[in-house]
Amino acid sequence: MTVFLQFLFSGLTVGSVYALIGMGFNIIYNATSIINLAQGEFVVIGGLLMWFFLESCNVPFFAAIGLSILSAGLIGLIMERLTIRPLRTNDLLVMTMVTIAVSIVMRGLLMFKFGKEPYSYAAFTEGDPLVIGGAVIQLQTFWVLGITAACILGLYAFFNLTMVGKAMRACSFDPTAASLVGIPVSRMIMFSFILSAVVGAVGGAAITPISLMEYDKGPMLAVKGFCAAIMGGLGRGRGAIVGGLTIGILESMTAGYLHSGLKDAVALVILLAILFFRPAGMFGNTTMQRLKGH
Amino acid sequence: MTREHGIALLILAALVLAIPSIVTDSYVMTLMIFSGINAIAAIGLCILMGSAGQVSLGQAGFYGIGAYASSVLSQSFGLPVPACMAGAAIVSALAAVILAVPSLRLKGHYLAVATLGFGEIVYIVLNEFGPGGPSGFGDIPPLSFAGVAITEPAHVAWTVWGFLLLVLVFSLNLLNARPGRALRALHGSETACSAMGLDIVRLKIKVFVLSAVYASIAGSLYAHYVTFISPSSFSFFHSVLLLMMVVLGGITTVWGGVIGAVIITLLPETLKSFEELDVLAYGLILTLSLLFLRRGIVPIVIDKFRTSERGHA
Repeated sequence: MTVFLQFLFSGLTVGSVYALIGMGFNIIYNATSIINLAQGEFVVIGGLLMWFFLESCNVPFFAAIGLSILSAGLIGLIMERLTIRPLRTNDLLVMTMVTIAVSIVMRGLLMFKFGKEPYSYAAFTEGDPLVIGGAVIQLQTFWVLGITAACILGLYAFFNLTMVGKAMRACSFDPTAASLVGIPVSRMIMFSFILSAVVGAVGGAAITPISLMEYDKGPMLAVKGFCAAIMGGLGRGRGAIVGGLTIGILESMTAGYLHSGLKDAVALVILLAILFFRPAGMFGNTTMQRLKGH
Repeated sequence: MTREHGIALLILAALVLAIPSIVTDSYVMTLMIFSGINAIAAIGLCILMGSAGQVSLGQAGFYGIGAYASSVLSQSFGLPVPACMAGAAIVSALAAVILAVPSLRLKGHYLAVATLGFGEIVYIVLNEFGPGGPSGFGDIPPLSFAGVAITEPAHVAWTVWGFLLLVLVFSLNLLNARPGRALRALHGSETACSAMGLDIVRLKIKVFVLSAVYASIAGSLYAHYVTFISPSSFSFFHSVLLLMMVVLGGITTVWGGVIGAVIITLLPETLKSFEELDVLAYGLILTLSLLFLRRGIVPIVIDKFRTSERGHA
């Protein structure tokens, strides 16, 4: 039972980062129908920038968080302005490939700046780990869970209570109708990239003290987050949360009870199974998805 | 196959025959062999993207199956190499059918996602359960035909580029015959195609299987040439490289795959001077070619040539 609890908590921790990545996918997918495969790089950027500001520039903690979020948002903005916006084709294939290309550029820059070694920094608060039912849980775990919950609530409030958030939702329902009522669709697409970069970076900054961060972690994180988004039904915010946590827990159980090398295969097997049997996600409506066409 | 394609094929065939007299440096010869191997896989992806409008992010998976299956068959069972390559191609084709049937029934780019997952799974399985694990295994029998081993680099180059010529002839004929016409019609209007009674899904599945078989043949050639393989050669990065070749060369003609493969295979040698910036340079080249050479090098060059020809007449 103790071991089970231990696995459960470590699964919830990584799972919440997958959930954040999955939500990042959804934000951009809803605004543009693009699958942004550079989503994992945003997480790596969050972790490595946080290290850079904390350890290398000796900036105080809260300023470092602020600066990391700001820089990540800026990177999202630059990505959208330099690659997605000039393309403006309807060819989703080309756009998705551009995001792959951008992710390689980001990896190249990260490797140039940070090299190949893994980075880490001190947990957000000092203190002894908590013992719950015999399982030892680091305090940072609660930070990750808390930050994820705060992100979820923040995004919910943003999309339901603010004008910009509502405008972004309008674009995802029907871009033409949205632009007819005066919503600047192109600016909303820009916002979606900024927002999803920030969400990814926050996840990266929170998880780095636990699981370390290195320049080439992006693609695997993107695949996991994407599995989370697909599992919940692409474009459904709440689905990604359930998907991410489920994948995290299953992964940690597989690594613990079966074989650690198969850890990464779990999410992929789930991904294929979902694509084959329930393409609209666990909670989605298959016929609607098929009619919509994307 | 049109006359232009025929002439291009003859020129290529002449060049292939002349390889030993053109290429004297053994390192350049190695690069030529790798270009040819990559080109075979790239042509498959080219047809898939250009004709069926689908993308695969997991070609390295089929490439890996081709390499591992063929090596294991020849090493452990002592079967002749051509038979092993055929066996590996069958395994890849089966995997492709299993992937394609469910994902192509859905509209949109579900195949891309499925292949991404598939490629990663193959990579993990090779890492965990493949012979030698992450460090791979060696002593793979070299290429051979009718019991005669082909080890001389020039002969290997002939074999590889010979395979490439066969693949080109087959593909060009296919694209010019009924399946090709159907695929071109598919590009025009999917609805009109189904109204005419074409089974679109079946056609797309066939194209995908073809691309998997090409990748598998390329993988087998690679394994029997290098005689040592490890999972790292079949990672997601290789799938992206193949994609890059096709995008850079141009997806509208199979020649794009060939030109793209040669450029991308030779590129790391030119980028070596950038040292640790080579990943960055790779990414920038891909990004810029997507932004500015969206149609690919070969189609652009052909268009330029045609307009200048018309200008003279």
